Amino acid sequence: MAKPVGILRFLGTNCDRDVWEAVEATGHKPQWLWHADQFSVGDYSAFIVPGGFSYGDYLRCGVLAAKSPVMKSLREAAGLGYPVLGICNGLQILCESRLLPGVMVRNIGRRFIDTWVELKLENQTRWTSGLKPGARIRLPIAHGEGRFYAADEELKKITDGGQVWWTYSTENPNGSLRDIAGVCNAEKNVCGLMPHPERAMHTWLGGEDGRQILKNMVAA
Amino acid sequence: MKIGVKILPKSEVLDSQGRAVESMLKNNGRAVHQCRVGKYVQLEVTEANESKALALAREITEFVLYNPLIETFELEVLKGQ
Repeated sequence: MAKPVGILRFLGTNCDRDVWEAVEATGHKPQWLWHADQFSVGDYSAFIVPGGFSYGDYLRCGVLAAKSPVMKSLREAAGLGYPVLGICNGLQILCESRLLPGVMVRNIGRRFIDTWVELKLENQTRWTSGLKPGARIRLPIAHGEGRFYAADEELKKITDGGQVWWTYSTENPNGSLRDIAGVCNAEKNVCGLMPHPERAMHTWLGGEDGRQILKNMVAA
Repeated sequence: MKIGVKILPKSEVLDSQGRAVESMLKNNGRAVHQCRVGKYVQLEVTEANESKALALAREITEFVLYNPLIETFELEVLKGQ
């Protein structure tokens, strides 16, 4: 059996159990990684930073989590090319860690949004190896600060560099620049998105398109 | 004229956000004795007279920007901005 998938937990993470179940649903073995501890990178096959409200969104969403001990190990793993996925607040944490470009700011309509969205795959990454660019999936979103923002120069860099992972394909719910719903690093092993694939793993959850992302986390 | 309003939690009030930031800084080896997190509000008013502008800003702050039970505030005139 492949090595376990590490799931990071911070004070205020609240999608950790859902991610755990989702990882198991794809046939992988999950394992918790506590925020105060560093870990041995080679013991794991992939890493997921789940959503929630780490540290009550104090100072800026994700920033306190980004400076915690577990992130030192995650940074090492990212540098070695391990697959890393950030979901919602997990994406905000990866952005504040500078492992991913840009920042997520307050939704343009100022409201917290809880709905389903249609997404379009813009560029291939390790986490979507089963899909072709242009593929569309449906996932739920639930966020108050999910509007992707980057300065013009950086926006051009990530667009030209193929770092736009997912875009909102029918309706942009939060005012994200260039309809960006998910981004990746230049090496494409670190990816993050605002929608929640772990909440779309079964038809009885409203859809199972989340499997398109989570089933690819560990190379066969 | 622009007036800056600095709002901080009172020293006797538990500032959980400040505590969380302080703890993060200490965990990252930054020598900080204490950290408190407040708000900064910048008001641009049409009033050109400095003392009148400050009086207006004070009235606005007391009207809604701060809560005297848990916060203190300071005003400053922002010159050349």
